[in-house]
Parts: sequence; C-alpha cells; structure tokens
Amino acid sequence: MIQASAKNINVWYGDFLALKEINMSFEPNSVTALIGPSGCGKSTFLRLFNRMNDLISNFKLEGKITVNDKDIYAKDVKIDEIRKSIGMVFQKPNPFPKSIYENVAYGLRVNGVNDRRTLDETVERSLKQAALWDEVKDNLKKSAMSISGGQQQRLCIARALAVEPSLILMDEPASALDPISTAKIEELIFELKKEFTIIIVTHNLQQAGRISDYTGFFYLGELIEHDKTQKMFLNPSQERTQNYITGRFG
Amino acid sequence: MKKFRKIIEKFIEAVLFSSSTITSLTVILIIIFLFKEGIGLFKSSPLEKNYVIEVSKKNPVKELNATQLKAIFNQDITNWSLVGGNNDSIILFTTSNITDYYSEEELGSNLEHLNEKMGEFIIQHPNAIMYISSKSLPVGFGGHNVKVKDISVNDFIFGKQWYPTSEPIPSYGIWPMIIGTLMVTLGALLIAIPLGISTAIFMAEVAHIRIRNVLKPVIELLSGIPSVVFGFFGLIIIVPMIQQTFHLVVGETVLAGSIILGIMALPTIITITEDALRTTPQSLKEASLALGATRWQTLVRVVIPYSKSGISTAIILGIGRAIGETMAVLMVTGNASNIPHSFLVPTRTIPATIAAELGEVSYGGLHFKALFALGIVLFLFTIIINLTVEFVKNSGKRSRA
Amino acid sequence: MVVIILFSILGFIIYRGISVISWDFLTKMPDDGMTKGGILPAIVGTGYLVLGSMIFAFPIGVLSGIYTHEYLKDSWLKTFIRFMTNNLSGIPSIVFGLFGMALFVNYLKFGDSIIAGSLTLGLLTLPVVIRTTEEALKSVEDSLRLGSYALGATKLQTIHRVILPVAYPNIITGLILSIGRVSGETAPILFTVAAYFLPKLPSSIHDQVMALPYHLYVLATSGTNMEKTRPMAYGTAFVLISIVLIINTLASILRRRLGKKVKMN
Ligand SMILES: Nc1ncnc2c1ncn2[C@@H]1O[C@H](COP(=O)(O)OP(=O)(O)O)[C@@H](O)[C@H]1O
Ligand SMILES: [Mg+2]
Repeated sequence: MIQASAKNINVWYGDFLALKEINMSFEPNSVTALIGPSGCGKSTFLRLFNRMNDLISNFKLEGKITVNDKDIYAKDVKIDEIRKSIGMVFQKPNPFPKSIYENVAYGLRVNGVNDRRTLDETVERSLKQAALWDEVKDNLKKSAMSISGGQQQRLCIARALAVEPSLILMDEPASALDPISTAKIEELIFELKKEFTIIIVTHNLQQAGRISDYTGFFYLGELIEHDKTQKMFLNPSQERTQNYITGRFG
Repeated sequence: MKKFRKIIEKFIEAVLFSSSTITSLTVILIIIFLFKEGIGLFKSSPLEKNYVIEVSKKNPVKELNATQLKAIFNQDITNWSLVGGNNDSIILFTTSNITDYYSEEELGSNLEHLNEKMGEFIIQHPNAIMYISSKSLPVGFGGHNVKVKDISVNDFIFGKQWYPTSEPIPSYGIWPMIIGTLMVTLGALLIAIPLGISTAIFMAEVAHIRIRNVLKPVIELLSGIPSVVFGFFGLIIIVPMIQQTFHLVVGETVLAGSIILGIMALPTIITITEDALRTTPQSLKEASLALGATRWQTLVRVVIPYSKSGISTAIILGIGRAIGETMAVLMVTGNASNIPHSFLVPTRTIPATIAAELGEVSYGGLHFKALFALGIVLFLFTIIINLTVEFVKNSGKRSRA
Repeated sequence: MVVIILFSILGFIIYRGISVISWDFLTKMPDDGMTKGGILPAIVGTGYLVLGSMIFAFPIGVLSGIYTHEYLKDSWLKTFIRFMTNNLSGIPSIVFGLFGMALFVNYLKFGDSIIAGSLTLGLLTLPVVIRTTEEALKSVEDSLRLGSYALGATKLQTIHRVILPVAYPNIITGLILSIGRVSGETAPILFTVAAYFLPKLPSSIHDQVMALPYHLYVLATSGTNMEKTRPMAYGTAFVLISIVLIINTLASILRRRLGKKVKMN
C-alpha cells in the first residue's frame, strides 16, 4: 500500500530546473529521511506534498503527486483542503503569538470548528501526542512565545497533529534546537510513526540513521538513491551516496 | 457554507483591491485637474475677458505682443514707429483715464453716452491706443481691433516679470520664482546635507545605543513639528538675527528660507541615510576591520560606498521636501518677485506664490489659471525628483546584485 | 547639534507660549481683532478636520497597504501601485491644496467646507498610512504565514487571525503619528476650508472653520495689530506643539504597551 507518491517530477523556479525526473513513493507508517547537500532540492521536494511551493510566483511543476491515491494538483482540488490533511513542521519553531491553547486549536478554528468540547479534547489529545501535555497543561493560556525553543517546536508538531493529518512533513525540525530538545523530538517522531506517515528533511546523517526506515539521497536536483536506511548507510549502491555518507563532500 | 465563505473572500479581496487603486487614481486626478485649470493660460489672450485694444482705422499696426503693449502703457514706448507704425506719438486711453478727456456730465450719470464718446474719441485722436470693454464700442466704431498674441509657454517659464494684476496687461513670467525656489533649496541643502549626513553617521556608527535612543525620538519630533511653527520661529528669531548680523533693511531673505528649510529637511536626510548605513552587512565591516583598517577607514571605504545609493536617495528626497515646502518659506522669505542675486535679498518661491495669491483671485480668471500652471510646474519638479529616486534606488540594487 | 536646534525651537515656543495659556484661551472665541479672547474655534476646527480626514484615510490606507503587501505578487501592477503611492507622497502639500480646491470645492461644488478640507487632508495622509501599514506587515515573519497556510488556513484567515494581530501595534502607532502630521498641515486647507476669522462653531460638514495652523499663520503675518496679536500667536504655536508632543509620546507609549501585549498574550 502507498500513502503518497511522486511520479516523473520536474520543478522549475523560472528557468532554473530544481528537480529532475523524481520518482518516489512512501509507505504508510514509515519515516523517510531526505538527505543531501544544501540547495539540492530537498525542501522543494518536501513542499510539493502540501503545495507550499504554490506561494512562489515563478514555480512550475511537471509530473504527478498523489496523497491517499488522490492527485493533489488536479484542477478541482482545493488547496486549503489539501493542506488541512497534511501536517508540516518547519525548521525554526514558528508558533503564532497567541496562547498555547489557541495555537493548537488554530487548525480547527480556521476550519470553522468552534465547539468548546471538541476544541478542548483535540488540544489535549494533540499535546499528549506531541509529548508536551505534562509540561504545559497548567499553562494553556500562556503565550506560546514564553516557552522554550524545544517546547515551541513540539507545540508546532501538536498544532500540525490537531487537524489529524495522514502525512506529516518536517523540514529540518531539529536543526535550530539544542541536543536535549533534539533527542526529545527524535523520540517523538519514533512514537508518531505508529499513527502517521512522516517525511523528514535533515542535514544530520546520524539523525537520519537513527529515526528513519527509508532514506532518499538528493544531489543537484536528482534523486540519486532511495532505499532502506540500513542498506543505504551500510552498503549504498551508488558511489556518490557512498561519498556523501562517508563525508567526502557536502 | 464553504461556497459562502469563498464568495466573502472574493468580495473582500475586491474591496482591498479597489482601495489600493485610490492612490493611483488620485495621482491621475491631480494631473487632470491641474492641467484642466492651468493649461488654459496658454490658449488665452493676456487681456482681461471682454476687453479689447483698439486703434484708429488709419493706424497700420495690426498686431502687438504682450511686452510691446506693456511698454506702451508704461510709456516706455511713446512713438508708433517703434512698433511698426507711422512716426506719430502714442496717445493712451484706458477706462481709468476717461475722465481726463470727458467730464461726468458728458458721459451721463449711467454712462449712457459712453459708447458714443468712444466713437468720437477715435476720430478726434487718430494716434490713440484704446484699452476698453468691447461692450463700450458703438455701432460703426471708427477704429480697428489690434490682435494681441496669446501667452506662450516660453513667456511663462522664462518671463522675468510677475505682475499678475497689472492693467491692461498682466505679466505671468515665473523665471524669478524658479530661480528663487532653486536658490532657497540649494541653500537649504548646503546646510542640511553636511549636518544631516554627519548626524546619521554618528547615530549609525559612533553613538552609544543610549544616545541613539535619545536622538531617534528627537528627530521624529523634529519631523512632526508643523511647518507654520517653523515659519513662526523663523519669523521671530532667525529673520531679525539675519537683519542685525548683515545690517539689512529687511531680514526676510533667501538665507532665512534656506535655514528654516535646512532644518526641516534634516529629519528626512538623517533617517534615510541612517537606514542606508545600517544595511551594510556586518560581515563586510568585520572583513575590513580584520584587514587592519581603522573604524574611520572602514566607514569611508566600505560603509559609505556601500550605502551610496541610499544616501543619494536621502538627499534627493530632502530636495523634494525643500522644493515643495510652502508655509514656512512664505513666512520668512519676504515675497519679492524679483530675481535674487544673492542670499541676502528677499525672494519668493513657487509654492509660496500659490499660497499667497490663490486666495485673492477670481475663479477661472487668468491669474487663477496662472497659479494652477505654477502648480503644474511644481508637480513636474516632484515627478522628476521621484523618477530620479526610483532610478537611483534601482541602480543601487543592480550594482549590489 | 540637531538636539540643540530642536530644543531651541521647542524651548522658545514653550517659554513664550505657556504664560498665554489659560482656560479662557482654550475655551473662548477670539475677540477684538484677534488680540483678545481665545482660540476655541480653531481648536474645534482642527479637531473636525483631523477626524474627517482620518475617517477617510485610515480604512482606505490600511486596506490598500494590506492588499499591496499581502496580495500582490512581484508584478508590474505592484511596481506601478508602489510607484504611484510614492509619487503621491512626494507631491507638495500646496499642490494638494490646488487639487482640493479644483476638485472638491469647485468641481464637486462642496465649497469651502469641512468636507472639502478633510478629503484633501485625507488624500495627503493616504500614502503615509499605506506606507505605515506595509512596514508593519513587513515586520511580520514569513514563517508565521507559512505556518498558517500549512494548517490549511486561507489567505484571508491568515491575515485576519495571524498577521494583523501581530502587526496592529505598529499600524496603530503609525496612524497616531499621522494624526499629528495632519493637525499641523496648513497649505492644503488654505483654499479648501480655512476661515480667516469666524468666531462661531461649525454646525455641519458644509461649514467653513478656523484651524490652528492657519490661525497661527494669520496671527504671525497679517494681524492688524502685530504687537497685540503676538501673545496670541505664541499661545497658538504652543498648543500646536503640545499636540505634536502629546501624540508622539502617546505613540511611543502605545508602541511599547501593545508590543509587549502581543508578545506575552
Ligand atoms: N523561491 C525560489 N526561487 C528560486 N530558486 C529557488 C527558490 N527556492 C529554492 N530555490 C533554488 O532551488 C534549489 C533547491 O532549493 P531547496 O529545495 O531549498 O534546497 P535544500 O532544501 O535541499 O537546501 C536551490 O538551488 C535554490 O537556490
Ligand atoms: Mg532546505
């Protein structure tokens, strides 16, 4: 079974070809890490899945992206509907300058849900899933800006979980955090895998090795290799992957 | 429900869009209305409406221009031969000197005999030139009409005299005001540029953060003081000071205008220059310092060249502020419409002229049109300034990319 | 140096003006060729003009700023609107006066009236309000926008629920500062509303009014009895300066207060 897939993807920014002929698919309840030197197109690829690139004016896409067997770039698709069913976590924690509670409830509220009971339940469930509940349950009304960076990132994860996505996209979610917070996030990803499918961009090869089931190696806009993480790290079939993983470039 | 929300979003977007078009619309409307009211000046005869210049049928002169007419009525030209006629001396006749020739009884209590007398006059005085209302011409009048050349753009821009109300021919030459405006602005810049840029450098590169935190609001305040208050201050303090220092008859001079305008342009120049200096990347400065350059050398060789386009923008905007300023200048420059030959004589600027005279003119008259034409000139100045700013900004961006 | 200039101006006017200020000065009609009495009608007139121009310029300016910053992508339309807005802000205030007279007073036949003056002042402030709004929106981090979109919020929801709550302290501060600017403008009202001497309060928006800055101009330059109107002029200048001072202080207090509130919430 396939949760999400990319077929014959080419992406341009103006005249610049940022992604070339990418084919990739993702199994449910798996974690896939996207690695590669910076500028190789990892973020661009990741953002195809919730159509965030649409916000860039000179962006052009060729190929087909499906999530839950639905072509998300089809004409009759509503972008905000797509984004609701797919969670995203960014590199820098970006909580809204609202209370912790309102941050988590945001996705529901913009969806027209205002029922107090539903909101309360969802906020609690999401914060628990994001392993933040115990730390903030007495301070739900406090500003999200007042908690630590690591907590903020977990809050952003909770915020993404609240809309019950089937797929979660993470773009270097731990690169702005200290080692302890990073460990917490990694632990959390491990837990989340039970219920969600996760695609995560990371700069940190150890991290990719620790948390992912599959790894895709991007280089200059091409997908060089995509395989089980174990296999990729121990016995890559491509020389360029080997070179990157052993630190010879990038 | 979803549909409904979509419609609302579209509607709000439309509202937002129409708001954003208002500025463009206003600029266009300003252009239209300035031209609508002002351009008429250049298609009109300089004579008052319904007034005509008449001479005897025997007189060969058929056309005169405004300068000649003015000279004739000022008695600078007293012989017809100088304007292409016979060698006869000119006799002036205007509605205001009728009584030199005819008593009130002769004209009748309601001027009912006026027309008849006009007819008589031109027969008796074949060398006369008459400036009269076309309504006072009798049937079978024995004179012929002298054409007066329309006011030209050239006369308007380069004319050296501004006598908008003189009879029978007003003059609308704005050259003295253009020079006056430029001189006052130039003086203001000589004061504001060195002072403004050094303050900006001080704030951006030298001053302690605490001093900066004091200076910032001070400058904000300075830019918030109304121009009449500056004018008032200038009138009470600076004008007498100049008068005493230079032993002048009047202290209201180009210099007074320049000083006040210089002060008023300061906040613009300081703020924009400081912003520009601040955009210099820290890495660039550190690179220079690491190579052993002193702070001062870094400033002169790295920071200032890097911010060049920003500083130029600041100066040009400062010019814009100075050229357009009205009230303060009006209050301190003395409003004499002659070409200033030094900084210590009175002058008048374009905006000050509009402000001083528009209140007293009749709607739609020549003078009214002339003031709107002045507005056009001022508007063109500002457009040029804006285009220059745009150009400088873009070239700055390109050279950095 | 700049500080010295400012304080000499402020100091001088406050020093001379403060002794003139009294309850009567603020609440009485001018009297006796403007040598006695107060400046009430000018204060009221300026109040009306500020109010009128704000009613016009605030909504339109803020909406316009939101549109250009949040909706317009980098296109020729954005460049054009920006260029026009910059142009409008560079046009001298006296030209606005001419325009206001031609359009509102004569063409639309409002006559010299509060409405004509307010609209003229409103147009003059419009670019300032737009610029303020855009600056405030620019200071909102893009990551917040992305975060909101990623949760499926529409553009309008993002603006309404995330961007404006963050940006509004700066917008409000800017708006307040522009009030100060408007209350001191003279040139645009010369031919659209301002009355030389009108010792009564306006009863409708079609009335002429006196206004503080114009009143100061009149007192300073064309009073019938310069010696006796001087104190009145000092007093008026003092009131004008006080308005600016109060507004600037208010703005900076508000900026700090609201800024904190948004952060802590
Ligand atoms: N908005 C954009 N406009 C133009 N080029 C872009 C844009 N975003 C990214 N790129 C280019 O596309 C390439 C891939 O970028 P990105 O996906 O961000 O790389 P990564 O996340 O792997 O570091 C880079 O060369 C980058 O310069
Ligand atoms: Mg990236």
